[in-house]
Amino acid sequence: MKTISLISLLSALLFAGCASTTEHVLDSDQSQTELRSMQTRTFDNVDRTAMLKAVINTLQDLDFVVDKADATLGSVTASKFMGNVVLKMSVTTRTRENQLLVRANAQYGIQPLTDPERYQDFFNALDKSLFLATHKVD
Amino acid sequence: MKKLTSILSVICLFLAGCATCPPADCLKVSEESLQRRQQQSRPVEAPEETQVISASANVLQDMGFTLDESESKLGLVVASKDRDATQAGQYVGATLITFMAALGGCKSDALSRVDAQQKIRASIVTQRSAIDPNKFVVRATFQRLVWNRAGLLSRVETLDEKELYEGFFDKLSKSAFFEEQNI
Repeated sequence: MKTISLISLLSALLFAGCASTTEHVLDSDQSQTELRSMQTRTFDNVDRTAMLKAVINTLQDLDFVVDKADATLGSVTASKFMGNVVLKMSVTTRTRENQLLVRANAQYGIQPLTDPERYQDFFNALDKSLFLATHKVD
Repeated sequence: MKKLTSILSVICLFLAGCATCPPADCLKVSEESLQRRQQQSRPVEAPEETQVISASANVLQDMGFTLDESESKLGLVVASKDRDATQAGQYVGATLITFMAALGGCKSDALSRVDAQQKIRASIVTQRSAIDPNKFVVRATFQRLVWNRAGLLSRVETLDEKELYEGFFDKLSKSAFFEEQNI
């Protein structure tokens, strides 16, 4: 019995944390709706270019360096070096009637960022940046 | 046996969650943010934003950077350059460690961990000043990635030396003047 439990533990040790390539590609640990809801915020009556500029400002205030931006697609990609780990974030915008949907997703090192509080922090910073832009502060 | 089982269980748990967790404040604006923004930004007087973007791109070329990305509608220019990263002190230290290890009959890989090459990245963002509409605010940020002699990425860091930004903006003010005078 002891041998069996030892073998089981060793097997568990061998496979612990191992996911197949398909699992890594699909990353379906969380539900799609849950993920979208924590990564997306809706803004009323905000110009898309103004929003993209606010996103860039926010990312820079959060110590990110902007890697890429596309005004047509409405996307911004940036990275932040934290010790020896890279936090990479991409933000996309899309219009829906009079609203603008902003979605952010990030990865920390080789892990996706799945904590809703972190996204809440990002959107709080974005709100602040939009406020400063509206009230004419450089 | 019980002890061994519990040790293995702990290792299992450790491996299952082996990836590091992002710090709680990774997406929070820090207290130094405003100070850093001021260090990284300068207002430049110009009639058009494209002139400021063009002047910034020219400064980057003056500094030996090659352009990787640009999006004029958002005032973005991203550039990089690859340079030697060897530091004499680090090299001498590693040589000494290797020598001492050899004396003690051991083999050291200290020399292979010495910095060898670096990629310096610059990201420039321009936008019309909210205070003075005749000016554009240029914000520059620099990063570097360092590889060691074994070819492994050993360090990534954001560069925040005051002199670096002063030097860049000094060159930019000259470049903006050249652009205006068509030099």
